[in-house]
Amino acid sequence: MSLTPDQVQRIAHLARIAVSPEEARGVTERLNQVLGLIDQLQAVDTRGIEPMAHALDSELAVRQRLRPDAVTEPDRRADYQRVAPAVENGLYLVPKVIE
Amino acid sequence: MELTRLFLDRIQRLNGRLNAFITVDEERSLAQALVADQRRARGDAGPLTGIPVAHKDIFCTKGMRTTCGSRMLADFASPYDAHVIERFNAAGAVLLGKTNMDEFAMGSSNETSHFGPVRNPWDAARVPGGSSGGSAAAVAARMAPAATGTDTGGSIRQPAALTGVSGLKPTYGLVSRYGMIAFASSLDQGGPIGKSAADLALLMNAMAGFDARDSTSLERSPEDYGRELNLDLAGLRIGLPKEYFAEGVDAEVLACVREAVRWFESQGAKTAEITLPNTGLAVPVYYVIAPAEASSNLSRFDGVRYGHRASGYSDLGDMYRRTRAEGFGTEVKRRILIGTYVLSHGYYDAYYLQAQKVRRLIAQDFAAAFARCDLIVGPTAPSTAFALGAKSDDPVQMYLNDIFTIPAPLAGLPGLSIPCGFDGKGLPVGLQIMGNHFAEAKMLGAAHRYQQATDWHLRVPREAPL
Repeated sequence: MSLTPDQVQRIAHLARIAVSPEEARGVTERLNQVLGLIDQLQAVDTRGIEPMAHALDSELAVRQRLRPDAVTEPDRRADYQRVAPAVENGLYLVPKVIE
Repeated sequence: MELTRLFLDRIQRLNGRLNAFITVDEERSLAQALVADQRRARGDAGPLTGIPVAHKDIFCTKGMRTTCGSRMLADFASPYDAHVIERFNAAGAVLLGKTNMDEFAMGSSNETSHFGPVRNPWDAARVPGGSSGGSAAAVAARMAPAATGTDTGGSIRQPAALTGVSGLKPTYGLVSRYGMIAFASSLDQGGPIGKSAADLALLMNAMAGFDARDSTSLERSPEDYGRELNLDLAGLRIGLPKEYFAEGVDAEVLACVREAVRWFESQGAKTAEITLPNTGLAVPVYYVIAPAEASSNLSRFDGVRYGHRASGYSDLGDMYRRTRAEGFGTEVKRRILIGTYVLSHGYYDAYYLQAQKVRRLIAQDFAAAFARCDLIVGPTAPSTAFALGAKSDDPVQMYLNDIFTIPAPLAGLPGLSIPCGFDGKGLPVGLQIMGNHFAEAKMLGAAHRYQQATDWHLRVPREAPL
């Protein structure tokens, strides 16, 4: 199937990426090329095949590890906030959400 | 220190032309080299103590810029080290610098880097492959004796092939992903790039190992990846998938690969044609699964906690949208949009779930093949290095370049690429050796035996004379 520039704008909204009206045509064209490639999958008969979500979820049946539900990380707030675009009093600053 | 200086000098001399490194910190490297010398003097040295290693700029390095090839992280100094970096530090290796790469590891030519393309040391008008193109070019040009890379759909093996070096993508779960900036988490795996299979074994011994901070890290006892370097090739069963020797593969590439296969036969290996019938579906499967995972992983780049933030915006939503529009390049945005689409309501079953089912068919192809053979051999890439700009306008042509490297990671399998000759233009050809899960030592053994009998891996690229 083929996407229209309007549908691409909707996807871009879901992905929180601004796509200008000038860009939309070119972006749509390239996305449709890629969809043409992945549409080949529709013709494959996969009845009775379980989806494979993990790289070793085949012959090996590797099980996901669990750890005790306990705090393991030290407090490194200052280190992590040093690389943030805007912080104040230990809080991350963002534009006002609630008036 | 002498060794580190030697390579820092070569970087200074060659990097302006090749653009293999994004960040070099000479002081830091020399300080580490001094500590390594002191360790050696104390008699406390391991095989990598004092050896300079270049790291792909996807591995977080504490206090040092880690960009992932993106404007989004152009000024990001990581607050911590990746597990791989910790392992090399513990071994006493010297961090030589951070290498250029396709943005967020999305690309097969290194042209998507925010820091400009890397040039191929064999011909500066051509690409080095990607996404670990900086690491591969650095090793090829002797700007570093060894480097790290990451492979999601071929990002170690394809650039290794295109630049005439050796590269290993290990079994999924052997190398910790902690501190390795995520692209597609069910596929991403770190691995070494070096001049020879013997070097790859040494590097793997340092890189691999259990790490509780990566939930998919495997708890296995440590192994020596060099233990089978003197592998007896007599009776070794090598499968040759007919889909890898088919139309569409460059004739000169196939001639070099066939010549290498004949050498293995001359040593007593038993070759047989096999089939991996779903090979042609691997690229479409990958371009559903990898973008889907990327769209989720890259949602963390929102201009709030780290990285780029747009300067002008009207509200929070506008800040996200502008930040991401500015911070990500064209290819990364394209893949986020594809991923968002295939995961969206009404399309999830048709695309994402269907791709996961076909992924299992591909894994089953390999399981059937490895019941009959020990190793699978074929070309790493369908052609040698292509010209800069040749495929950058057509994403599908670019994606199809990875047709032979994408299947192994879909099945979590290891694969390696070693040089096996040159085409008429003097460009290196890569031989791919794939093995079953955890067959790295055997693969490296076969590669090492081949490299003892050939000198393709020792040739010097013309853009970087000794």
